[in-house]
Amino acid sequence: MSDPTMLATVDERPRSLAGDAWSDLRRNKIFWASAVLVLVILLMALLPSLFTSADPTSCALANKHKGPTGAALFGFDSQGCDVFARTVYGAGDSIQVGLFSTLAAGLIGLLFGLAAGYYGGAIDAVLSRGIDIVLGIPLLLAAVILSARLSGPGDDGVTAVTVTLGLLTWTSAARVMRSSVVAAKGQDYVSAARMLGAGPGRLMFRHILPNAIAPFMVVLTLLLGANIAAEATLSYLGVGLKGDAMSWGLQISEARRQARVAAAPLVWPSAFLAATVLAFIMLGDAIRDAFDPKLR
Amino acid sequence: MTDIKAQVDVLPGLDPRAPLLQINDLHVEFRTRDGVAKAVNGASFWLNPGETLAILGESGCGKSVTAQAIMGILESPPGHITRGEVRYRGVDLLKLREDERRRVRANKIAMIFQDALSALNPVYTVGFQLAELFRAHRGMSRGDAKNRAIELLDQVHIPGARSRVNDYPHQFSGGMRQRVMIAMALALDPEVLIADEPTTALDVTVQAQIMGLLAELQRQRNMGLILITHDMGVVADVADRISVMYAGRVVEEAPVYDIYAAPGHPYTRALLESIPRLDLKGQQLTAIRGLPPALTDIPQGCAFNPRCGYAKEPCRQDPAPPAYAIAPRRTARCHFFREVLGD
Amino acid sequence: MFRYIVRRLLQMILTFFGATFVVFALMFANQDDPIQALVGEKPISDTLRAELTERYHLDDGFLSQYWHYMSNLLTGDLGDSLTGREISEMLSSSWPVTVRLALMAIVIAAVIAIAAGVWSAIRRGGLFDNGTLMFTLLLLAMPVVVLAPVAQWIFGMELGWFPATASRNATFYALLLPAIVLACTVVATQLRVTRTSVVENLRADYVRTARAKGLAPRRVVWVHVLRNSLIPVITLIGVDLGVLMSGAIVTEDVFNIPGVGSKLAQGVRTEDGPLVVGFVSVLVIFFLVMNLVVDLLYAALDPRIRYE
Repeated sequence: MSDPTMLATVDERPRSLAGDAWSDLRRNKIFWASAVLVLVILLMALLPSLFTSADPTSCALANKHKGPTGAALFGFDSQGCDVFARTVYGAGDSIQVGLFSTLAAGLIGLLFGLAAGYYGGAIDAVLSRGIDIVLGIPLLLAAVILSARLSGPGDDGVTAVTVTLGLLTWTSAARVMRSSVVAAKGQDYVSAARMLGAGPGRLMFRHILPNAIAPFMVVLTLLLGANIAAEATLSYLGVGLKGDAMSWGLQISEARRQARVAAAPLVWPSAFLAATVLAFIMLGDAIRDAFDPKLR
Repeated sequence: MTDIKAQVDVLPGLDPRAPLLQINDLHVEFRTRDGVAKAVNGASFWLNPGETLAILGESGCGKSVTAQAIMGILESPPGHITRGEVRYRGVDLLKLREDERRRVRANKIAMIFQDALSALNPVYTVGFQLAELFRAHRGMSRGDAKNRAIELLDQVHIPGARSRVNDYPHQFSGGMRQRVMIAMALALDPEVLIADEPTTALDVTVQAQIMGLLAELQRQRNMGLILITHDMGVVADVADRISVMYAGRVVEEAPVYDIYAAPGHPYTRALLESIPRLDLKGQQLTAIRGLPPALTDIPQGCAFNPRCGYAKEPCRQDPAPPAYAIAPRRTARCHFFREVLGD
Repeated sequence: MFRYIVRRLLQMILTFFGATFVVFALMFANQDDPIQALVGEKPISDTLRAELTERYHLDDGFLSQYWHYMSNLLTGDLGDSLTGREISEMLSSSWPVTVRLALMAIVIAAVIAIAAGVWSAIRRGGLFDNGTLMFTLLLLAMPVVVLAPVAQWIFGMELGWFPATASRNATFYALLLPAIVLACTVVATQLRVTRTSVVENLRADYVRTARAKGLAPRRVVWVHVLRNSLIPVITLIGVDLGVLMSGAIVTEDVFNIPGVGSKLAQGVRTEDGPLVVGFVSVLVIFFLVMNLVVDLLYAALDPRIRYE
C-alpha cells in the first residue's frame, strides 16, 4: 500500500510519548509558572535564611501587633514575633511532612499497585479489598487516631504526622498504578518480552513500569499538595505538629483567635499554604494534560 | 393542547404542489483548529413522495453531513452551512427561525441513525423516548402518549409491545433496537425519512428484515425516503434513484437501473467494479486506487482526478466539471462521460 | 437489581469489618499502656484505670477485645467520656445541628456544581467557563483550615455580613456562612466532574437523536444530557462525604457550632480517648452506610447497572 500518511511518519525523527509530552510542557506557561513557584517554595523550605535574616523565634513582646516595617514585611503577631520570618520558616516542616509522606505513600502505592496489577487473580482481589477498606475510613478520622498514637510526649510530631499520612493516603496512587499496569500488561511488547524469557522482575521494572509511571506521577503531585493541607488540618486540631515545630497549619491555628485584632498572622500562612497547594495542583494538571493522548 | 402539526402546515411560503424536498447547491464546512474542512461542496438533489433516493459514497464523502444539514442538527460550531438551499415544499428551511425549524423536525422530516444503541438514550425506557415525541409535539397526556408508543412498537413488529415499552434500550437486540429507532422516526407521520446507514451495524439476515420493514412502512405512508449508504448491494434492491457523492459533491445522479447498466462517472464505475456481483461470475474485482482526498485539501478541478484513469488536463483545472445531462433524468459531473458510458 | 444489591451488601460487610478492625487496631494494638494512650498525658487514677480496663476488656485477648468493642458499638453503648458524660448522649444531642449544616452544604454545593457545570459545558471556552475554571482552581487550593478561619474573619468579623459563630439552635442564616465554607470543600471537584461529563455527553449520539426529534434545546440538556451526566457525579458523592466529615470537624470548631465535629475536635484537643474512639467509630459506620446508599442511588440512575 502506498499510504502517504505512513510515509510521512517514517521521515520524522522517532518520538516517544515522554518526548512529546516534554515538548508540549515546554510551551505551557502554566507549567512554567507552577514549576517556578514549586522551586521557590522548595528553596524556602531548605534555606529559609535566604529569604529572611530575621530569627522567627526571637520575639519581643514590645513589638506585639506592630504593623509592617521594612525589615518585617508582614508586621508582628501577638507574641511580637516577625510574621514574615515565621511564615517563611513555616515552609520547612510543612514541606518536609508533605514531601516525605507523599514519598512513603508513593512507595506503598507503587508496590500495592504493581503487585495487584501484575499478578491479578487472587492477589489482586485481596489487595483491592485492602484498598477498599482503607478508603472506607475517612482520612481525617483515621489520621486523628493514628497521629495521636504515634507521637510520644515532648515530640514535635513531624515523624508521627509523616508516617500517619504515608500510611493512609497511598490508595489513589495504588489504584492508578494498578490500572496502568493492567493496561500495560496486555500490550504486545510485554508479551513479546515475556516470550523472550524476561523474568517477572525485569518485565515489571524494565517494560511495564516506564509506561505506567506518568499517571502515577500526576497523582503523586496532587497528593503532595493534599498532604501539605492535611498536615495543616491535623496541626490545627492539635494532633499534628507541636512544640518546636513550625508549620503553616500550626500558625493558622494559633492566629485564628486573634484575627479580629491582628489579621496578618492568620492571612499570610494561609496565603502561603494555598499558594503551595495551588502550585502543585497546577503542576499536576499541566503534566496530566501533556501526557493525556486524548487531548492531542 | 398544542398541535404543532397545524403550526407547521401554515409555514410561510408552503406550497403543497412544490417538490417534497429539493436541495440546491448545498455547501457545508467545518472550521477546526487544523483548518477548514469542506465537507459538502455544492450538493444538489431532489426527492418526491413515495420515492427512495439512495445517496452513495465512501465514508467522508459528505453524505452524513448533508443529511444532518437537511435535518438542521449539524453541530455548530464547528459546522457551518455557507451556501445553498434546503427546500421542503418550496420553503427554504435554512431561512427559518430555529423554533420554526424545530417543528419541521420529526413532524415533516425525520431521521434514523446507524448505531441504534448509542442513538437511543441509555437511561430512559424506549416508551419514555417514544412518548416524549407526542408529549412535546402534540401536547398529549402521559397515558395517551404511552398508548401511542405501544401502537408504534406494534407497527414496527416488536413482539410483546405492551411489556417491552417499559424496557431500556440495552435490553433489546440490535435489530429490535433499530425497529425502535424506526418507530421513533415515524411517530409523527413525517413526509420525509432520512435513514443514515440504517443497517450497517446489523447482521446480514437482520439487515434484510429492517430494509423490508422500511419498504413496507414507506409504501403504507407514501413517504419520501433518503437512504444513505456505502453498500451498493442494499441500494440495488430498494432505491428508485441514486446520487453518488464524492468529496462533498453529487458526481452522478440517475435512476438505479441506468446506473447499474452503464455508469456515467468513473467513480461510480470504480465503485461498481469493487463489489462482487452474482450475475457476473468470474469477474475481476478491483479496488479503487488511492484514498479519498482530505477535506481540508480537495484537489483542483474534478476532485476525483488523482484517482481517475480517464483524467486528462481539463480535469485538473478549475472549475470542476458541471453536471452534464447525459441522458433523460441523468446527470454526471465528468468531462468524459461519453467515454465512461461507452466502456 | 437484586443481585446488584446483594453483591454490594456483601462487599460492604467485608469493608465494614475490615475498616472497623483497622480503626480498632489503630486505637488499641501495640500499646505498652493503652489506658495511658486513651487519656493522653493526664495522670490516671486507679478507679479510672480499672473502669477503662473493664470497659475495653483490656485484660482479654485482642480478638475478644474487638468482639466486645463491636458488640458495644452495634448496640449503641459507647460508654462514658473522660468528662463523665455518656458518649451516646453527647452524640445524640450534637448530631441535629451537624445534619442541618451538612444538608445545607450539600444542597448549596449540588445546586452550584450542577448549574455552573452545565452552563460552562454548554458555553465551553467562553468567559463563564474560564471564570469557573479559575474559581474552582482557587477553591481546590484552599484547604478548609484556610477557608474557614479566613471566611470567618472576612465575612463574620470585618464585613459583619454573617454571624461569626452559631449555637445549637442556630437559625438558617447563622448556619449559612459555615455551610458555604463546607460546600466549598466539595463544590470544585463536583463542578469539574459535572462539566467534563456534560461536555462528553453533549457529543453523544443520543443527543443528536433528541435534536432530530425536534425537542427544545432546554429539554435536550436538562432531561437527556443531565441524567446521563450525573452518573459519574453520584459516584463522587461517596468520596465527598468523607471530605465533608473532615471539613465539618474544622468548620464547626472554627464557628463554635456545637455539633458532632466540634465535639470530636474538643475530644481530640483534650485527649479524651473514649470520646474520640466512640465518635470516630460511629462516623466510620455512618460513612460506610452512606456509601452503600450512594451505590443504590447509582443503580437507580443507571439502568445498565440495575440489570447487570
